[in-house]
Amino acid sequence: MSIDIPTICLTNIGPLITLSVAGLLLLLFDAFSGKAMKKAHFHQFSLVAVVIALLQTVWLWNRQTTDFSRMIYVDNFSFFFNVIFLLGTGISIILSVHYLENYRKNYGEYYALMLFAAVGMILMAAGGNLVIIFLGVEILSIPIYILSGLFREDLKSNEAALKYLLLGAFSSAFLLFGIAMLYGGTGTFYLADLAAFIKKSGMNGFTYVGMGLLIVGFGFKVSMAPFHMWTPDVYEGAPTSITAFMSVGTKAAAFAAFLRVFLEVFPTVRMEWDLLLWVAAVATMTVGNVTALAQTNIKRMLAYSSIAHAGYILVGLIAGNQLGATGILYYLLAYTIMNLGAFGVVIAVARKKDNYLNIYDYAGLGFQYPGLAAVMSVFLFSLVGMPPTAGFLGKFYLFSAAVEAGYIWLVIIAVINSLISVYYYLRITVIMYMQPAEADLGPVAMTPVVNATLIISALAVLLIGIFPGSIFQLAMNSVKIFGS
Amino acid sequence: MIQYVWLVPVFPLIGFLINGLLGKKISKNTVSLVGPGSVGLSFAWVLGCFWEYLHLPAKAKPVEVFVFNWITSGTFNAQAAFLVDPLSLVMLLVVSGVGFLIHIYSVGYMHDDPGYARYFSYLNLFVVNMLILVMANNFLLMFVGWEGVGLCSYLLIGYWYEKQSASDAGKKAFVVNRIGDFGFLLGIFLIFYTFGTVNFREVFAQAHNFPVGSAILTIITLCLFVGATGKSAQIPLYTWLPDAMEGPTPVSALIHAATMVTAGVYMVARCSALYVMAPISMTVVAVIGLATAFMAASIGLAQNDIKRVLAYSTVSQLGYMFLACGVGAFVAAIFHLMTHAFFKALLFLGSGSVIHGMHGEQDMRKMGALKNKMPITYAVMLVGTLAIAGIFPFAGFFSKDEILFKALTDGHVGYWAIASLGAMMTAFYMFRLIFMTFYGEKRWDHHVHPHESPPVMTIPLIILAILSTVGGFVGIPLIQGWNVFHEFLAPSIAHVAAGHEVHHSMTFEVMMMLVSMGVAGIGIFIAYKMYIKQPELPAQVTAKVPGLYDLIYNKYYVDEIYDATVVEPIKNGSVFLWQEADSKVIDGAVNGTASVVDRLSLVIRKLETGYVQNYALGILIGVAVITGYYLGR
Repeated sequence: MSIDIPTICLTNIGPLITLSVAGLLLLLFDAFSGKAMKKAHFHQFSLVAVVIALLQTVWLWNRQTTDFSRMIYVDNFSFFFNVIFLLGTGISIILSVHYLENYRKNYGEYYALMLFAAVGMILMAAGGNLVIIFLGVEILSIPIYILSGLFREDLKSNEAALKYLLLGAFSSAFLLFGIAMLYGGTGTFYLADLAAFIKKSGMNGFTYVGMGLLIVGFGFKVSMAPFHMWTPDVYEGAPTSITAFMSVGTKAAAFAAFLRVFLEVFPTVRMEWDLLLWVAAVATMTVGNVTALAQTNIKRMLAYSSIAHAGYILVGLIAGNQLGATGILYYLLAYTIMNLGAFGVVIAVARKKDNYLNIYDYAGLGFQYPGLAAVMSVFLFSLVGMPPTAGFLGKFYLFSAAVEAGYIWLVIIAVINSLISVYYYLRITVIMYMQPAEADLGPVAMTPVVNATLIISALAVLLIGIFPGSIFQLAMNSVKIFGS
Repeated sequence: MIQYVWLVPVFPLIGFLINGLLGKKISKNTVSLVGPGSVGLSFAWVLGCFWEYLHLPAKAKPVEVFVFNWITSGTFNAQAAFLVDPLSLVMLLVVSGVGFLIHIYSVGYMHDDPGYARYFSYLNLFVVNMLILVMANNFLLMFVGWEGVGLCSYLLIGYWYEKQSASDAGKKAFVVNRIGDFGFLLGIFLIFYTFGTVNFREVFAQAHNFPVGSAILTIITLCLFVGATGKSAQIPLYTWLPDAMEGPTPVSALIHAATMVTAGVYMVARCSALYVMAPISMTVVAVIGLATAFMAASIGLAQNDIKRVLAYSTVSQLGYMFLACGVGAFVAAIFHLMTHAFFKALLFLGSGSVIHGMHGEQDMRKMGALKNKMPITYAVMLVGTLAIAGIFPFAGFFSKDEILFKALTDGHVGYWAIASLGAMMTAFYMFRLIFMTFYGEKRWDHHVHPHESPPVMTIPLIILAILSTVGGFVGIPLIQGWNVFHEFLAPSIAHVAAGHEVHHSMTFEVMMMLVSMGVAGIGIFIAYKMYIKQPELPAQVTAKVPGLYDLIYNKYYVDEIYDATVVEPIKNGSVFLWQEADSKVIDGAVNGTASVVDRLSLVIRKLETGYVQNYALGILIGVAVITGYYLGR
């Protein structure tokens, strides 16, 4: 009797190893090092880990293969998402430092948990097996539960964590149940085998229910209506830096898994899920945008708007074609940069203990802090989807993919929704530039690194909006795995 | 160097960024170094490219330099790529060369202006856009430059924005140009619709598959020409150009005489492959050009503002270029474009020098006898005037003669007759300008002390004067093999598929040259008679035909007619729409929608109870619906 030892190549999971090891080391440092060095070096250490992981990711470019007995994919799709995740994590870390120091919460575990969450994200995008994807979901979620409740003395933070935990567990159960159903129907967890089975024998009762429950599970994570209701409460209560991290990272990761599963396993039965998602997308966009209109707390407003953005991205998924998938990737990258940028400004303006989170606190910002107001305007314009920003082209790709696939009405509704969003995004700009400050804003502390990050993000939003060519090509190469 | 031709617009772009962003922080000397210096670098680079291009093997021409993919969507693809061919090289040389000289001149002219850095940043931005316009390899990128120069023109006309007339003129230029741009844009849409691409090479290659005179090509070319009439100030959209003289004089020289206004001519020549397939459009171009040439020249007869005379003369000369395009002599048009750039820039800068020396006075009735006060300015202005009047051997002689000749042989004897009459008027009003400004009695106030301008202004003038003298020699039409310009440009230009390739005898050509010289001579003689010999004559002439004089003095009342027929109705209509339609219907609808959405928003907000149980219930309902949906089938 011989045992087959599968060949594995550790460089294929290089970024995962780096991030995990760095996270563990951070925990050890935190436990065993003196107080003085803690504050200064945790974030630097974790940033270095992120950069190394990014370099390792670049190394993986164009490696179209699988590893660990087909458990994970090493392809350009996961490459692209790795870049998004690591970018999001890196920027979130930079934005966190000053914020945490204000709260005297600059703990080592904070950064370690962020790195672990990034590991979960990467697994979700790379998973070739439903179990791995579920594992990714959990590895991502648990750190986020903890991080949401980081401010233990703060009721809102506690509330956010508890709500997220309860509802997250609830939805995870559905996800898991869906996976079990799919296994029951086909006898496999592997995406490739599932796809082959469904292509050959079509759908049966188990696979139908399994697919439906996957929609529930992923829908919860991307905050798709009607599974979105946790979003505003959690986003508002969590520390702002974590809200920022969550709003881009979790969403991108969930969309990565959503996209890969639905375009790899269920493309042949698109007619079975497009109507459902159509309704969900319309509901998501509309609920997100309409509710955002009435918000005066900027974190809550951005939370609702992030629901709306999930709706736009769903449009690309419904289109189900190459351009749609390309558009999703492009949009998620753009969204990561612009949303983190906007949150960065929010963190800066909110200052000590989140005192200034009302949108009217932005009155006069355009005169007292012209630079800050200018970059905020760029991010807001991009979130609205105005040319020449990245947000415009992202929406353009998503919507034109849907038009190409024949979903004209969906696009019309999406465009109307974008119009609604103009109101609440540009209201901030109007307040910043056209209303005088009621009182002196006082000093807004900006470190050079945060400054540079915000400026570079704003430039990046403009740059990939004006010269989308290379990013678009990259995204297109990344979705070539989806045959249709 | 050609592979790096994209550096040509990048240099002034850097200059724009430095002067625009840091202008207030850096010293005036740095600004004067960066502004002209960046354009000088471009010019040097263009010269290098030109030299390299001449030595390229024929197979490698023309060169398309791909920079990056700009927009890709479905089958639509627009590149940021530059086309280097004879036509664009000629334009590049003119734009960067003349632009460089005018930048240097500006250092002197604008020296005491408080917005010195702002001025140079606009000027640099203009050069960037103009270079993009002439180098683009597709219509869309060309449109970027097209709009960009329009914007810079607006900014520079209204440069002294605290002056009401200047900001009005800027607005007028912008609005009138928008009308033309709209036509141009429609043309581009139609081109993409018809050919499926906006790339020049691909469009022109496909154009041959259409029958001559096909409706779609005619419509496309007419739309493009509407764009050209806007930018190049032709009937009916020329009214903005004379008002554009509110800008600083170097701006008038660079933008509203030498470069930007020639964009329309360049575009028509670039699209020669389309135009030759559309005879109707060709006729329209020729007739509009001719009419503009004649009308503007006649208006120029009676103007007293030195810059206005030159402005109308520009409109008129542009008309000649379109006439040449219209009769299929695209090379002649570009040739005239080039020589015109030299002598018109010279004349404008010369007039600027006069204005500078006269402390801002622009009315020729208050000048006179400046010849000895400003000898250099006088000399170069005389060269420029001889050139524009078409006197042998100055540059304008060759180019204008070629246009008149082509109008006769390839067009119509009527074209030629009217164009010649226009040329006579040109000679007249230009010498009127010289005589009124530099000769006769001094009519300036006693507190004005005319003086010659500093070398930083006169040296560019002298260089332009040299160019205006010898610039025509590249295109001597008479002897085969001497018309270098023609041979160089030939690959870029399509020819009218004419069956009647008549070879005209040399005697005929020489005769025509003498005739056109004679025509110019008559114009000069009349001017001499009226303004030197018998200074009382103009008043008498005016008194004899008061109606006609008023008509041309008031520019045929075109502005007033436009005001009454277009501007006022639109204004009144807008007021009506604003008060009735906008504030009642649209605002009502918007506010109504907003209040509906608002109420909806409050309802949805109620769903956000904050209770986890309710949220879980929501999820559960979702699950029930989804599983029900799937189990139900």
